[in-house]
Amino acid sequence: MSVAMKQTVSGRASHSALAAFFCVAAVVAAGPASAGGEPLPSGTSFLTQSLQAQQSDEATNPGMLWISEGALIWQTPDGASGASCATCHGDAGTSMKGVAASYPKVYGKTGELLNLEKRINLCRTSQQNAEPYAYESDPLLALTAFIARQSLGQPINVQIDDASRAFYERGKAMFYRRQGQLNLSCAQCHEALAGKQLRGDTISYGVGNGYPAYRLEWQTLGSLHRRLRSCSYGVRARRFEFGSPEYLSLELFLAVRAQGVPVETPAIRR
Amino acid sequence: MKRLAAGLLSAISSAALIAADGQAVAEELLPFEIHGDAVPKALGGLSGDAQRGKQIILDRRKGNCLICHTFPIEDEPFQGAIGPPMSGVARRLSEGQIRLRMIDQSRINPKTAMPPYYRTKGLADVAPEYEGRPALSAQEIEDVVAYLATLNG
Ligand code: HEC
Ligand code: HEC
Repeated sequence: MSVAMKQTVSGRASHSALAAFFCVAAVVAAGPASAGGEPLPSGTSFLTQSLQAQQSDEATNPGMLWISEGALIWQTPDGASGASCATCHGDAGTSMKGVAASYPKVYGKTGELLNLEKRINLCRTSQQNAEPYAYESDPLLALTAFIARQSLGQPINVQIDDASRAFYERGKAMFYRRQGQLNLSCAQCHEALAGKQLRGDTISYGVGNGYPAYRLEWQTLGSLHRRLRSCSYGVRARRFEFGSPEYLSLELFLAVRAQGVPVETPAIRR
Repeated sequence: MKRLAAGLLSAISSAALIAADGQAVAEELLPFEIHGDAVPKALGGLSGDAQRGKQIILDRRKGNCLICHTFPIEDEPFQGAIGPPMSGVARRLSEGQIRLRMIDQSRINPKTAMPPYYRTKGLADVAPEYEGRPALSAQEIEDVVAYLATLNG
Protein backbone atom coordinates (compact mmCIF):
# COMPACT_ATOMS: atom_id res chain seq x y z
CA MET A 1 0.00 0.00 0.00
CA SER A 2 1.35 3.41 -0.91
CA VAL A 3 1.90 6.19 1.57
CA ALA A 4 -0.79 8.28 -0.08
CA MET A 5 -3.36 5.61 0.66
CA LYS A 6 -2.58 5.82 4.35
CA GLN A 7 -2.91 9.56 4.63
CA THR A 8 -5.53 10.61 7.10
CA VAL A 9 -8.02 13.39 6.73
CA SER A 10 -7.23 15.21 9.94
CA GLY A 11 -5.52 18.53 9.57
CA ARG A 12 -6.19 18.60 5.86
CA ALA A 13 -9.44 20.52 5.82
CA SER A 14 -7.82 23.89 5.29
CA HIS A 15 -5.61 22.69 2.44
CA SER A 16 -6.30 24.90 -0.55
CA ALA A 17 -5.51 23.60 -3.99
CA LEU A 18 -5.02 27.10 -5.25
CA ALA A 19 -2.54 27.88 -2.50
CA ALA A 20 -0.65 24.68 -3.32
CA PHE A 21 -0.65 25.75 -6.94
CA PHE A 22 0.83 29.16 -6.28
CA CYS A 23 3.36 27.59 -3.90
CA VAL A 24 4.68 25.41 -6.70
CA ALA A 25 4.91 28.40 -9.00
CA ALA A 26 6.68 30.46 -6.38
CA VAL A 27 9.20 27.77 -5.57
CA VAL A 28 9.98 27.15 -9.21
CA ALA A 29 10.38 30.86 -9.85
CA ALA A 30 12.75 31.10 -6.87
CA GLY A 31 15.06 28.51 -8.33
CA PRO A 32 15.24 25.00 -6.85
CA ALA A 33 13.24 22.77 -9.17
CA SER A 34 13.37 19.86 -6.74
CA ALA A 35 11.06 21.34 -4.11
CA GLY A 36 7.39 21.23 -5.10
CA GLY A 37 4.18 21.99 -3.27
CA GLU A 38 2.61 19.12 -1.41
CA PRO A 39 0.32 17.11 -3.72
CA LEU A 40 -3.40 17.05 -2.95
CA PRO A 41 -4.61 14.10 -0.88
CA SER A 42 -6.05 11.30 -3.02
CA GLY A 43 -9.74 10.41 -2.72
CA THR A 44 -8.53 7.13 -1.23
CA SER A 45 -7.53 8.87 1.98
CA PHE A 46 -11.22 9.69 2.60
CA LEU A 47 -12.28 6.03 2.46
CA THR A 48 -12.73 3.80 5.50
CA GLN A 49 -9.71 1.71 6.49
CA SER A 50 -11.39 -1.45 5.27
CA LEU A 51 -12.18 -0.02 1.82
CA GLN A 52 -8.60 1.23 1.56
CA ALA A 53 -7.37 -2.28 2.36
CA GLN A 54 -9.77 -3.79 -0.16
CA GLN A 55 -8.56 -1.40 -2.84
CA SER A 56 -4.87 -2.09 -2.36
CA ASP A 57 -5.27 -5.88 -2.37
CA GLU A 58 -5.44 -7.20 -5.94
CA ALA A 59 -7.30 -10.28 -4.74
CA THR A 60 -10.19 -8.27 -3.28
CA ASN A 61 -10.35 -5.18 -5.49
CA PRO A 62 -13.36 -5.76 -7.78
CA GLY A 63 -11.86 -3.44 -10.40
CA MET A 64 -9.13 -6.03 -11.06
CA LEU A 65 -11.64 -7.98 -13.17
CA TRP A 66 -11.47 -5.20 -15.75
CA ILE A 67 -7.68 -5.19 -15.59
CA SER A 68 -7.61 -8.89 -16.56
CA GLU A 69 -10.11 -8.22 -19.32
CA GLY A 70 -7.98 -5.31 -20.57
CA ALA A 71 -4.85 -7.49 -20.59
CA LEU A 72 -6.69 -9.93 -22.83
CA ILE A 73 -7.88 -7.24 -25.24
CA TRP A 74 -4.33 -5.84 -25.37
CA GLN A 75 -3.16 -9.07 -27.00
CA THR A 76 -6.14 -9.79 -29.22
CA PRO A 77 -5.92 -8.81 -32.91
CA ASP A 78 -8.80 -6.65 -34.09
CA GLY A 79 -9.92 -4.61 -37.09
CA ALA A 80 -8.91 -4.83 -40.75
CA SER A 81 -5.23 -4.50 -39.82
CA GLY A 82 -5.29 -7.78 -37.95
CA ALA A 83 -3.05 -6.14 -35.36
CA SER A 84 -3.40 -6.13 -31.59
CA CYS A 85 -2.22 -3.36 -29.28
CA ALA A 86 0.72 -5.65 -28.44
CA THR A 87 1.71 -5.92 -32.11
CA CYS A 88 2.75 -2.27 -32.04
CA HIS A 89 3.43 -1.63 -28.34
CA GLY A 90 4.78 -4.96 -27.10
CA ASP A 91 4.75 -5.51 -23.35
CA ALA A 92 2.44 -2.96 -21.77
CA GLY A 93 4.40 -3.15 -18.51
CA THR A 94 7.24 -1.43 -20.33
CA SER A 95 5.66 0.58 -23.12
CA MET A 96 2.69 1.91 -21.13
CA LYS A 97 4.45 2.63 -17.85
CA GLY A 98 3.80 6.26 -16.86
CA VAL A 99 1.60 6.96 -19.91
CA ALA A 100 -1.68 7.41 -18.01
CA ALA A 101 0.07 9.78 -15.59
CA SER A 102 0.75 12.14 -18.51
CA TYR A 103 -2.83 12.34 -19.83
CA PRO A 104 -4.90 14.24 -21.00
CA LYS A 105 -2.60 15.50 -23.72
CA VAL A 106 -2.91 17.53 -26.92
CA TYR A 107 -2.46 15.43 -30.05
CA GLY A 108 0.12 17.24 -32.15
CA LYS A 109 -1.28 16.42 -35.57
CA THR A 110 -4.78 17.73 -34.97
CA GLY A 111 -4.48 19.96 -31.91
CA GLU A 112 -7.24 17.91 -30.29
CA LEU A 113 -7.25 17.29 -26.55
CA LEU A 114 -7.19 13.55 -25.87
CA ASN A 115 -7.74 11.66 -22.66
CA LEU A 116 -6.72 8.02 -22.42
CA GLU A 117 -10.08 6.79 -23.71
CA LYS A 118 -9.85 9.03 -26.78
CA ARG A 119 -6.22 8.08 -27.38
CA ILE A 120 -7.18 4.38 -27.34
CA ASN A 121 -9.97 4.99 -29.83
CA LEU A 122 -7.58 6.95 -32.06
CA CYS A 123 -5.30 3.90 -32.18
CA ARG A 124 -8.28 1.72 -33.01
CA THR A 125 -9.44 3.83 -35.93
CA SER A 126 -6.09 4.97 -37.34
CA GLN A 127 -3.85 1.95 -36.62
CA GLN A 128 -6.06 -1.12 -36.22
CA ASN A 129 -8.68 -0.02 -38.71
CA ALA A 130 -11.31 -1.02 -36.18
CA GLU A 131 -14.48 0.70 -34.99
CA PRO A 132 -13.98 3.04 -32.02
CA TYR A 133 -15.36 1.68 -28.76
CA ALA A 134 -18.41 3.42 -27.34
CA TYR A 135 -17.58 5.62 -24.36
CA GLU A 136 -18.34 3.78 -21.10
CA SER A 137 -18.47 0.39 -22.86
CA ASP A 138 -16.83 -2.50 -20.99
CA PRO A 139 -13.97 -3.02 -23.46
CA LEU A 140 -13.03 0.69 -23.40
CA LEU A 141 -13.20 0.80 -19.59
CA ALA A 142 -11.15 -2.42 -19.41
CA LEU A 143 -8.41 -1.21 -21.78
CA THR A 144 -8.27 2.24 -20.17
CA ALA A 145 -8.00 0.71 -16.69
CA PHE A 146 -5.40 -1.82 -17.86
CA ILE A 147 -3.22 0.92 -19.36
CA ALA A 148 -3.66 3.17 -16.31
CA ARG A 149 -2.69 0.23 -14.09
CA GLN A 150 0.75 0.23 -15.73
CA SER A 151 1.26 3.63 -14.04
CA LEU A 152 0.28 2.43 -10.57
CA GLY A 153 2.03 4.61 -7.99
CA GLN A 154 3.47 6.97 -10.61
CA PRO A 155 2.87 10.65 -9.82
CA ILE A 156 0.49 12.49 -12.15
CA ASN A 157 2.62 14.73 -14.33
CA VAL A 158 0.64 16.87 -16.76
CA GLN A 159 2.11 20.19 -17.87
CA ILE A 160 0.47 23.20 -19.42
CA ASP A 161 2.10 24.27 -22.68
CA ASP A 162 1.12 26.52 -25.57
CA ALA A 163 -0.91 23.77 -27.17
CA SER A 164 -2.91 22.94 -24.05
CA ARG A 165 -3.22 26.34 -22.39
CA ALA A 166 -6.61 27.26 -23.88
CA PHE A 167 -8.10 23.90 -22.84
CA TYR A 168 -6.65 24.32 -19.38
CA GLU A 169 -8.08 27.82 -19.00
CA ARG A 170 -11.47 26.60 -20.08
CA GLY A 171 -11.40 23.76 -17.56
CA LYS A 172 -10.25 26.08 -14.82
CA ALA A 173 -13.06 28.53 -15.55
CA MET A 174 -15.56 25.67 -15.36
CA PHE A 175 -14.12 24.54 -12.04
CA TYR A 176 -14.51 27.92 -10.39
CA ARG A 177 -17.83 28.91 -11.92
CA ARG A 178 -21.09 28.37 -10.04
CA GLN A 179 -23.48 26.19 -11.98
CA GLY A 180 -26.84 24.48 -11.91
CA GLN A 181 -30.07 25.28 -10.12
CA LEU A 182 -28.22 24.79 -6.83
CA ASN A 183 -25.63 27.34 -7.93
CA LEU A 184 -22.48 25.62 -6.66
CA SER A 185 -19.01 25.50 -8.21
CA CYS A 186 -16.75 22.46 -8.23
CA ALA A 187 -14.32 24.49 -6.11
CA GLN A 188 -16.89 25.21 -3.40
CA CYS A 189 -17.22 21.50 -2.73
CA HIS A 190 -13.75 20.22 -3.60
CA GLU A 191 -11.67 23.02 -2.09
CA ALA A 192 -13.63 24.86 0.57
CA LEU A 193 -15.69 21.90 1.80
CA ALA A 194 -13.24 19.02 1.32
CA GLY A 195 -13.27 16.75 4.35
CA LYS A 196 -16.84 17.71 5.31
CA GLN A 197 -19.88 15.48 5.31
CA LEU A 198 -22.35 15.79 2.45
CA ARG A 199 -24.96 13.34 3.73
CA GLY A 200 -23.12 9.99 3.85
CA ASP A 201 -20.21 11.12 1.68
CA THR A 202 -17.00 12.78 2.80
CA ILE A 203 -16.13 15.33 0.14
CA SER A 204 -12.62 14.83 -1.27
CA TYR A 205 -10.41 17.18 -3.26
CA GLY A 206 -11.84 15.94 -6.55
CA VAL A 207 -8.71 14.23 -7.82
CA GLY A 208 -9.09 11.87 -10.78
CA ASN A 209 -6.12 9.62 -9.97
CA GLY A 210 -8.21 6.48 -9.37
CA TYR A 211 -10.20 6.34 -12.61
CA PRO A 212 -11.64 4.29 -14.14
CA ALA A 213 -12.82 3.47 -10.61
CA TYR A 214 -15.11 0.85 -9.12
CA ARG A 215 -17.91 2.77 -7.46
CA LEU A 216 -20.06 0.86 -4.97
CA GLU A 217 -23.08 2.96 -5.92
CA TRP A 218 -22.66 1.90 -9.57
CA GLN A 219 -21.73 -1.69 -8.76
CA THR A 220 -19.34 -1.48 -11.70
CA LEU A 221 -16.28 0.27 -13.06
CA GLY A 222 -16.89 3.77 -14.43
CA SER A 223 -14.94 6.55 -16.10
CA LEU A 224 -14.01 9.94 -14.69
CA HIS A 225 -16.57 11.52 -17.00
CA ARG A 226 -19.29 9.35 -15.48
CA ARG A 227 -18.27 10.70 -12.05
CA LEU A 228 -18.31 14.27 -13.37
CA ARG A 229 -21.81 13.69 -14.73
CA SER A 230 -22.87 12.68 -11.19
CA CYS A 231 -21.42 15.90 -9.79
CA SER A 232 -23.21 18.00 -12.43
CA TYR A 233 -26.44 16.14 -11.73
CA GLY A 234 -26.00 16.71 -8.00
CA VAL A 235 -26.18 20.47 -8.45
CA ARG A 236 -28.96 20.15 -11.04
CA ALA A 237 -26.66 21.37 -13.79
CA ARG A 238 -26.51 20.33 -17.40
CA ARG A 239 -24.70 17.03 -17.84
CA PHE A 240 -22.26 17.14 -20.73
CA GLU A 241 -21.69 14.14 -22.97
CA PHE A 242 -19.08 11.50 -22.19
CA GLY A 243 -15.90 12.64 -23.92
CA SER A 244 -17.31 16.15 -24.48
CA PRO A 245 -14.94 19.12 -24.86
CA GLU A 246 -16.29 20.47 -21.56
CA TYR A 247 -15.39 17.41 -19.48
CA LEU A 248 -12.11 16.91 -21.37
CA SER A 249 -11.05 20.45 -20.43
CA LEU A 250 -12.10 19.85 -16.83
CA GLU A 251 -10.16 16.58 -16.83
CA LEU A 252 -7.05 18.45 -17.97
CA PHE A 253 -7.48 21.09 -15.28
CA LEU A 254 -8.00 18.39 -12.63
CA ALA A 255 -4.85 16.56 -13.77
CA VAL A 256 -2.65 19.67 -13.67
CA ARG A 257 -4.08 20.50 -10.26
CA ALA A 258 -3.36 16.93 -9.12
CA GLN A 259 0.33 17.15 -10.02
CA GLY A 260 2.29 14.58 -8.02
CA VAL A 261 -0.66 12.49 -6.81
CA PRO A 262 0.07 8.80 -7.53
CA VAL A 263 -2.13 6.89 -9.99
CA GLU A 264 -4.32 4.38 -8.13
CA THR A 265 -6.48 2.81 -10.85
CA PRO A 266 -8.72 0.96 -10.28
CA ALA A 267 -9.71 2.80 -7.12
CA ILE A 268 -12.74 1.86 -5.04
CA ARG A 269 -15.17 4.68 -4.33
CA ARG A 270 -18.49 4.91 -2.51
CA MET B 1 -48.01 46.03 -37.69
CA LYS B 2 -51.28 44.23 -37.30
CA ARG B 3 -49.63 40.93 -38.18
CA LEU B 4 -46.90 41.52 -35.61
CA ALA B 5 -49.48 42.17 -32.90
CA ALA B 6 -51.38 39.01 -33.86
CA GLY B 7 -48.16 36.99 -33.74
CA LEU B 8 -47.37 38.30 -30.30
CA LEU B 9 -50.85 37.54 -29.05
CA SER B 10 -50.76 33.96 -30.25
CA ALA B 11 -47.33 33.50 -28.71
CA ILE B 12 -48.65 34.73 -25.39
CA SER B 13 -51.80 32.63 -25.50
CA SER B 14 -49.91 29.46 -26.43
CA ALA B 15 -47.60 30.03 -23.46
CA ALA B 16 -50.67 30.40 -21.29
CA LEU B 17 -52.07 27.18 -22.73
CA ILE B 18 -48.97 25.24 -21.87
CA ALA B 19 -49.13 26.66 -18.36
CA ALA B 20 -52.76 25.59 -18.02
CA ASP B 21 -51.69 22.07 -18.97
CA GLY B 22 -49.38 22.07 -15.97
CA GLN B 23 -46.26 21.73 -18.13
CA ALA B 24 -42.94 23.04 -16.93
CA VAL B 25 -42.71 26.56 -18.31
CA ALA B 26 -40.71 29.48 -17.06
CA GLU B 27 -42.43 30.45 -13.84
CA GLU B 28 -42.74 34.09 -12.90
CA LEU B 29 -41.47 34.54 -9.37
CA LEU B 30 -43.77 36.36 -6.98
CA PRO B 31 -42.41 39.73 -5.88
CA PHE B 32 -41.06 40.14 -2.34
CA GLU B 33 -39.66 42.98 -0.26
CA ILE B 34 -36.45 42.78 1.71
CA HIS B 35 -36.26 44.75 4.96
CA GLY B 36 -32.83 44.58 6.56
CA ASP B 37 -31.89 40.88 6.43
CA ALA B 38 -35.47 39.64 6.29
CA VAL B 39 -38.50 39.18 4.03
CA PRO B 40 -41.18 39.83 6.65
CA LYS B 41 -44.25 39.09 4.49
CA ALA B 42 -45.16 35.63 3.25
CA LEU B 43 -44.69 35.10 -0.51
CA GLY B 44 -48.02 35.87 -2.22
CA GLY B 45 -49.65 36.05 1.20
CA LEU B 46 -49.63 32.22 1.25
CA SER B 47 -49.76 30.40 4.54
CA GLY B 48 -47.32 27.59 5.17
CA ASP B 49 -47.95 24.11 6.53
CA ALA B 50 -45.20 22.79 8.84
CA GLN B 51 -46.02 19.12 8.20
CA ARG B 52 -45.66 19.58 4.45
CA GLY B 53 -42.51 21.62 5.07
CA LYS B 54 -40.94 18.68 6.88
CA GLN B 55 -41.64 16.39 3.91
CA ILE B 56 -40.08 18.96 1.54
CA ILE B 57 -36.85 19.27 3.51
CA LEU B 58 -36.52 15.45 3.50
CA ASP B 59 -37.40 14.99 -0.18
CA ARG B 60 -34.20 14.52 -2.20
CA ARG B 61 -35.82 15.97 -5.30
CA LYS B 62 -37.11 19.07 -3.47
CA GLY B 63 -35.24 20.64 -0.54
CA ASN B 64 -32.82 17.78 0.14
CA CYS B 65 -31.67 19.91 3.08
CA LEU B 66 -30.23 16.96 5.06
CA ILE B 67 -27.44 16.73 2.51
CA CYS B 68 -25.92 19.81 4.19
CA HIS B 69 -27.69 20.34 7.54
CA THR B 70 -28.55 18.24 10.56
CA PHE B 71 -32.17 18.38 11.65
CA PRO B 72 -33.66 17.12 14.92
CA ILE B 73 -35.21 14.16 13.11
CA GLU B 74 -34.65 10.59 14.30
CA ASP B 75 -34.24 7.66 11.87
CA GLU B 76 -32.06 9.77 9.58
CA PRO B 77 -28.55 8.43 10.23
CA PHE B 78 -26.73 10.28 7.44
CA GLN B 79 -27.07 14.02 7.83
CA GLY B 80 -24.70 16.57 6.33
CA ALA B 81 -22.37 18.93 8.16
CA ILE B 82 -21.87 21.69 5.59
CA GLY B 83 -24.21 24.32 7.04
CA PRO B 84 -25.19 25.05 10.66
CA PRO B 85 -27.42 22.58 12.57
CA MET B 86 -31.13 23.41 12.26
CA SER B 87 -32.18 22.60 15.81
CA GLY B 88 -33.01 25.86 17.55
CA VAL B 89 -32.95 27.85 14.30
CA ALA B 90 -36.23 29.55 15.25
CA ARG B 91 -34.58 30.90 18.42
CA ARG B 92 -31.78 32.45 16.37
CA LEU B 93 -33.81 33.78 13.45
CA SER B 94 -37.26 35.33 12.94
CA GLU B 95 -39.62 33.90 10.32
CA GLY B 96 -38.78 36.79 7.99
CA GLN B 97 -35.05 36.17 8.40
CA ILE B 98 -35.51 32.47 7.65
CA ARG B 99 -37.59 33.37 4.57
CA LEU B 100 -34.81 35.50 3.03
CA ARG B 101 -32.25 32.77 3.73
CA MET B 102 -34.48 30.27 1.94
CA ILE B 103 -35.14 32.60 -1.00
CA ASP B 104 -31.50 33.47 -1.61
CA GLN B 105 -28.82 33.19 1.08
CA SER B 106 -26.31 34.80 -1.28
CA ARG B 107 -27.97 38.17 -0.66
CA ILE B 108 -26.56 37.90 2.86
CA ASN B 109 -23.32 36.08 2.06
CA PRO B 110 -22.24 36.26 -1.61
CA LYS B 111 -19.84 33.35 -1.13
CA THR B 112 -22.34 31.02 0.51
CA ALA B 113 -22.61 27.34 -0.37
CA MET B 114 -26.34 27.38 0.44
CA PRO B 115 -28.39 27.13 -2.78
CA PRO B 116 -30.89 29.86 -3.65
CA TYR B 117 -34.27 28.13 -3.42
CA TYR B 118 -36.41 30.88 -4.93
CA ARG B 119 -34.44 32.33 -7.77
CA THR B 120 -34.22 31.70 -11.50
CA LYS B 121 -31.91 34.46 -12.72
CA GLY B 122 -28.12 34.54 -12.91
CA LEU B 123 -27.70 30.75 -12.84
CA ALA B 124 -25.41 29.02 -15.36
CA ASP B 125 -25.90 25.69 -17.14
CA VAL B 126 -29.08 24.72 -15.31
CA ALA B 127 -30.21 21.22 -16.32
CA PRO B 128 -33.06 21.45 -18.88
CA GLU B 129 -35.55 19.82 -16.50
CA TYR B 130 -34.97 22.59 -13.93
CA GLU B 131 -34.51 25.51 -16.31
CA GLY B 132 -36.56 28.61 -15.56
CA ARG B 133 -38.04 27.15 -12.39
CA PRO B 134 -37.07 27.94 -8.80
CA ALA B 135 -35.84 24.97 -6.72
CA LEU B 136 -38.93 25.36 -4.53
CA SER B 137 -42.28 27.00 -5.37
CA ALA B 138 -43.62 29.93 -3.34
CA GLN B 139 -45.96 27.56 -1.48
CA GLU B 140 -43.09 25.16 -0.75
CA ILE B 141 -40.93 28.02 0.57
CA GLU B 142 -43.74 29.01 2.94
CA ASP B 143 -44.19 25.37 4.04
CA VAL B 144 -40.46 25.07 4.83
CA VAL B 145 -40.46 28.42 6.66
CA ALA B 146 -43.43 27.22 8.73
CA TYR B 147 -41.57 23.99 9.60
CA LEU B 148 -38.30 25.74 10.50
CA ALA B 149 -40.29 28.15 12.72
CA THR B 150 -41.22 25.14 14.88
CA LEU B 151 -37.54 24.26 15.54
CA ASN B 152 -37.18 26.29 18.72
CA GLY B 153 -35.99 23.53 21.04
C1 HEC C 1 -22.42 19.71 -3.95
C2 HEC C 1 -21.06 19.27 -3.88
C3 HEC C 1 -20.27 18.94 -5.14
C4 HEC C 1 -20.07 19.70 -6.27
C5 HEC C 1 -20.61 21.10 -6.56
C6 HEC C 1 -19.19 18.95 -7.13
N1 HEC C 1 -18.89 17.75 -6.56
FE1 HEC C 1 -17.47 16.43 -7.24
N2 HEC C 1 -17.98 15.15 -5.71
C7 HEC C 1 -18.87 15.43 -4.68
C8 HEC C 1 -18.99 14.27 -3.83
C9 HEC C 1 -19.85 14.15 -2.58
C10 HEC C 1 -18.14 13.28 -4.39
C11 HEC C 1 -17.91 11.86 -3.88
C12 HEC C 1 -16.97 11.87 -2.73
C13 HEC C 1 -15.62 12.31 -3.18
O1 HEC C 1 -14.84 11.47 -3.66
O2 HEC C 1 -15.32 13.52 -3.11
C14 HEC C 1 -17.50 13.89 -5.56
C15 HEC C 1 -16.52 13.26 -6.36
C16 HEC C 1 -15.77 13.90 -7.33
C17 HEC C 1 -14.61 13.33 -7.99
C18 HEC C 1 -14.05 11.94 -7.74
C19 HEC C 1 -13.02 11.96 -6.65
C20 HEC C 1 -12.56 10.57 -6.31
O3 HEC C 1 -11.48 10.47 -5.72
O4 HEC C 1 -13.22 9.61 -6.63
C21 HEC C 1 -14.16 14.27 -8.87
C22 HEC C 1 -12.96 14.12 -9.78
C23 HEC C 1 -15.03 15.42 -8.77
N3 HEC C 1 -15.99 15.16 -7.82
C24 HEC C 1 -14.91 16.57 -9.52
C25 HEC C 1 -15.90 17.59 -9.55
C26 HEC C 1 -15.96 18.63 -10.55
C27 HEC C 1 -14.97 18.81 -11.67
C28 HEC C 1 -17.07 19.37 -10.27
C29 HEC C 1 -17.70 20.48 -11.06
C30 HEC C 1 -18.14 20.17 -12.38
C31 HEC C 1 -17.66 18.84 -9.06
N4 HEC C 1 -16.94 17.74 -8.68
C32 HEC C 1 -18.75 19.37 -8.39
C33 HEC C 1 -19.52 16.63 -4.46
C34 HEC C 1 -19.55 17.70 -5.35
C1 HEC D 1 -25.16 22.67 -0.40
C2 HEC D 1 -25.32 22.98 1.00
C3 HEC D 1 -26.65 23.44 1.58
C4 HEC D 1 -27.93 23.01 1.30
C5 HEC D 1 -28.37 21.94 0.31
C6 HEC D 1 -28.80 23.75 2.18
N1 HEC D 1 -28.09 24.60 2.94
FE1 HEC D 1 -28.82 25.89 4.37
N2 HEC D 1 -26.96 26.67 4.69
C7 HEC D 1 -25.80 26.18 4.12
C8 HEC D 1 -24.68 26.95 4.63
C9 HEC D 1 -23.20 26.72 4.26
C10 HEC D 1 -25.22 27.91 5.53
C11 HEC D 1 -24.44 28.94 6.36
C12 HEC D 1 -24.75 30.35 6.00
C13 HEC D 1 -23.87 30.92 4.93
O1 HEC D 1 -23.18 30.20 4.22
O2 HEC D 1 -23.88 32.16 4.76
C14 HEC D 1 -26.66 27.70 5.53
C15 HEC D 1 -27.55 28.44 6.28
C16 HEC D 1 -28.90 28.15 6.43
C17 HEC D 1 -29.81 28.88 7.27
C18 HEC D 1 -29.43 30.03 8.18
C19 HEC D 1 -28.99 29.42 9.49
C20 HEC D 1 -28.40 30.35 10.47
O3 HEC D 1 -28.30 29.96 11.63
O4 HEC D 1 -28.03 31.46 10.07
C21 HEC D 1 -31.04 28.28 7.17
C22 HEC D 1 -32.32 28.68 7.86
C23 HEC D 1 -30.90 27.18 6.23
N3 HEC D 1 -29.59 27.13 5.81
C24 HEC D 1 -31.91 26.31 5.87
C25 HEC D 1 -31.82 25.38 4.84
C26 HEC D 1 -32.93 24.60 4.33
C27 HEC D 1 -34.32 24.58 4.91
C28 HEC D 1 -32.46 23.89 3.26
C29 HEC D 1 -33.21 23.02 2.27
C30 HEC D 1 -34.43 23.50 1.72
C31 HEC D 1 -31.04 24.16 3.15
N4 HEC D 1 -30.69 25.08 4.11
C32 HEC D 1 -30.18 23.59 2.22
C33 HEC D 1 -25.69 25.14 3.21
C34 HEC D 1 -26.76 24.45 2.62
